[in-house]
Amino acid sequence: MTTPTQTRDRSGDGPGRPNEQQEPGRSRAGALLLETVRNNMRQYGMLVALALIVVLFQIWTDGSLLLPNNVSNIVQQNSYILILAMGMMMVIIAGHIDLSVGSLAAFVGAAAAVMMVRHDMPWVLALVLSLLIGAAAGAWQGFWIAYVGIPSFIVTLAGMLLFRGGTQILLEGQSIAPFPRGFQEIAQGFIPEMGPYTQYHNPTLLIGLVVIAFVLFQEWRDRRRQLAYELEVLPFNLWLLKCVAIVAAVVAFTLTLASYHGVPVVLLIMCVLLIGLGFVMRNAVVGRHVYALGGNKAAAKLSGVKDKRVTFLVFVNMGVLAALAGCVYAARLNAGTPQAGINFELEAIAAAFIGGASMSGGVGTVLGAVIGGLVLGVLNNGMSLVGIGTDYQQVIKGLVLLAAVGFDVWNKRKVGS
Amino acid sequence: MTAPAEQFEKGPGADGAGTAGRPVLEMRGISKSFPGVRALSDVNLTVHAGEIHAICGENGAGKSTLVKVLSGVHPHGSYEGEILFGGEPCAFKDIRASEQRGIVIIHQELALIPYLSLAENIFLGNEHSKRGIISWSETLRRADTLLKRVGLPDKPQTRIADIGVGKQQLVEIAKALSKEVELLILDEPTAALNDEDSRKLLELIGELRAQGIACIVISHKLNEIRQIADSVTILRDGRTIETLSVRERPGDEPEISEDRIIRGMVGRDLDQRFPPRTGYEGEDAGTVALSVSDWTVRHPIDHQRKVVDGVSLQVRRGEIVGIAGLMGAGRTELAMNLFGRSYGLYERGTVRVDGRAVQTRTVPEAIGHGIAYVTEDRKTYGLNLIEDINRNISLASLSGLARRGVVDEHAERRVAEGYLRSMNIKAPNVHEQVQRLSGGNQQKVVLSKWIHADPEVLILDEPTRGIDVGAKYEIYTVIDKLAAQGKAVVFISSELPELLGMCDRIYTMAAGRLTGEVSREDATQEVLMRHMTETLDTGAGTGTATGTDTSPGTTSGDTGASSTSSSDTSSEDRAGTSPGSTSTFDSSTSGTSDKS
Repeated sequence: MTTPTQTRDRSGDGPGRPNEQQEPGRSRAGALLLETVRNNMRQYGMLVALALIVVLFQIWTDGSLLLPNNVSNIVQQNSYILILAMGMMMVIIAGHIDLSVGSLAAFVGAAAAVMMVRHDMPWVLALVLSLLIGAAAGAWQGFWIAYVGIPSFIVTLAGMLLFRGGTQILLEGQSIAPFPRGFQEIAQGFIPEMGPYTQYHNPTLLIGLVVIAFVLFQEWRDRRRQLAYELEVLPFNLWLLKCVAIVAAVVAFTLTLASYHGVPVVLLIMCVLLIGLGFVMRNAVVGRHVYALGGNKAAAKLSGVKDKRVTFLVFVNMGVLAALAGCVYAARLNAGTPQAGINFELEAIAAAFIGGASMSGGVGTVLGAVIGGLVLGVLNNGMSLVGIGTDYQQVIKGLVLLAAVGFDVWNKRKVGS
Repeated sequence: MTAPAEQFEKGPGADGAGTAGRPVLEMRGISKSFPGVRALSDVNLTVHAGEIHAICGENGAGKSTLVKVLSGVHPHGSYEGEILFGGEPCAFKDIRASEQRGIVIIHQELALIPYLSLAENIFLGNEHSKRGIISWSETLRRADTLLKRVGLPDKPQTRIADIGVGKQQLVEIAKALSKEVELLILDEPTAALNDEDSRKLLELIGELRAQGIACIVISHKLNEIRQIADSVTILRDGRTIETLSVRERPGDEPEISEDRIIRGMVGRDLDQRFPPRTGYEGEDAGTVALSVSDWTVRHPIDHQRKVVDGVSLQVRRGEIVGIAGLMGAGRTELAMNLFGRSYGLYERGTVRVDGRAVQTRTVPEAIGHGIAYVTEDRKTYGLNLIEDINRNISLASLSGLARRGVVDEHAERRVAEGYLRSMNIKAPNVHEQVQRLSGGNQQKVVLSKWIHADPEVLILDEPTRGIDVGAKYEIYTVIDKLAAQGKAVVFISSELPELLGMCDRIYTMAAGRLTGEVSREDATQEVLMRHMTETLDTGAGTGTATGTDTSPGTTSGDTGASSTSSSDTSSEDRAGTSPGSTSTFDSSTSGTSDKS
């Protein structure tokens, strides 16, 4: 196969049929692929690492890791950390840190418990109010950070103490339980079964199909538009391979879930967040401004980015997500307790860094945070299954964090030299 | 102390200036390159014992690099040539090594720790201690002596943060004295000082000379050089041009005029063409697009200092207007304050765009009124280095590329690809990280960003700094094209030839004031340099001391008067040299990152 030397050689062809794209040579396709991989090294690396960890524990546990009920379990067990990690990723991209999320989650969980148990409030109203409390707490911290200029480390360290204390005041040192059924379902529930009896959970299958259709449509539309704008695209073969891989992954995951109770409610919530926040960070003006601020604050300001407002919004968003995580955790325990959320901030921060965030800001994706969180989550679950004690679990998680970031530093240095 | 008997000139390669007086320092054939740039080539410098030796040159001439070579910042082996100090060859591997030999450099940005005391700062890294425990009585006693020697009345326990910049400069000198300095190097010592403090500092330098300490002073202020220096070496484009004797012995009247020094600083080979100016033919050609009046800005920390003082200027559509000035003249400060008050404290002034008075209190406001500012330091203020070309170009105009807050990624990418082609940015594709690009290509990305924001007024601050000749030409072409489309362009530059080659009109600034306005026809490097080095000799200390010299009469009156008078005197000079406005300049000028 000969290699066309120029990349813009199709400018005259007009927008069109995908099979024109088979022409570009293998070397260019390879280079393009390599470049994509290299530019997203940490994320791809972690995806590979996640796959390896899954395979390792799948063998080690004689296949119980990927049993349908354990997969559901992993999702539910890690949901609140993943929710926090998504928000934390945005905070870190903006060049800040939030140490208060664990305490805030506990505080909001306690507030929800007080509202529902002591004041018999309907759970939907309590949930909405809880999220508003989270937003207010985020606005409080965002105000000091963005408009007054106190470093986020200090403000959120203060918040960590403040909200922890507030939790204990609200709960008077005791746990409050139980919650209405509906509230518990947020963390423990599944989407209800419908339709005729099949071997599988019907709505889950349907959701799987919708997801596949949506993803394929999105891929196809993206590709078509890229061609219309005469932009460079992946060669058709590779694109097809990518689509097949995505479909296979979704099918496998769907079938696994569908052979147990189906899609957990909290998974649905997380998917909505992942897609929504991912879209905002990638495509919304405000998301771009977050990256720009973290990458070079001075340059962003001189380009007209309203730095204070963007920083403020990032913390409001973090507050809402912390509140949601707090509700999910409380719902899972079916109690508001003063001990809730301890060390959640550290897990979330670790997830973000494993998933590709940079200490100096400006880098990372929401999906990366989820992958980082899953690495930690699967490690936790797998190690528990094979009977490794929590003492060693912590040691291993610490080493994984160090190795992930260390690998990235090493990799960057190699590219830089 | 005898200095050279007669004033004479030497070409590059000749050694020291004087005849009598033991040379304390000889630098021979110093050459130094940075990636892609030759900062120094075959520079020679000879300083005699007990002499104040000034080094002059334009920004980027290589002054700071030379001093860094001397002090070991650029270690032995990273440059060519030899250094003899006190007759012995030296090979300094770092600053510590040169300080041990008695060579101390005081940088423009002072290296003091603000929350430590004067005594602690003086002996930092050189503490009086026994087995690691500091002996405070000894430290304070010695510090007190040193502070008296430099004429500082403050107690040694005072914190650095509690004294002014002028006094801090004296502390630096005390620190140097504590190291038994034989050769003191001062880089722009008075740039940040008011007149009163400058005077004190210069006096002190004179006293040090009397004590036998040789001194190298880098300065843009020619009147100060005439005031204190014994001889002056002029650098240009990384070469020694000449060494001149200023006076025979200390205290004599200077034998050399500022014009003589200026001639040495600017006379250069001109061999690089500028693109021909196209001119703007639109209906509104000649209407004033940007009009700034009485713009005054104070220093963000030192509120007493006015960094921009009553500046008024106008730029018409299709016009390229230069602002010339030396380091610290207030050009960047003016531009940045104008652009959303990004620097300093706004005091007063109005700005009109297309005749409408507008507010530019924030950057988005300024952009909204059609003003764009391309920053001087593109890596710190212009680019997000870890992002790709695509996202850097779109940043200032994202809302234009978005519908209901959602960016149209494909349109964005198409825009970026368009600029990749039209600006000839050399990169494999728009997803290349900006930090991997060369300086010239980075600058093209910054320009693309602002061109896409479609402003009416573009303020370009040193748009060609640190980039190679070919890329410079391309950037000139872009600037010309913008003017030809009817944009008003403000071109701030330290390189006079490019101002002469590109601008229709040139304003000059010195010490925060506008000191002249020169049309293309009248402009030569000599005329500009004269305005740029103009400082208000009359009523020196009083203005800054009170801190409230609004004196409207002096400001406008002075500038008007001086600009006419100086263009008169320099018309003779112009006859001698080739008219610089014929638009060419030497390639090795820029990019030496000579102090910023």
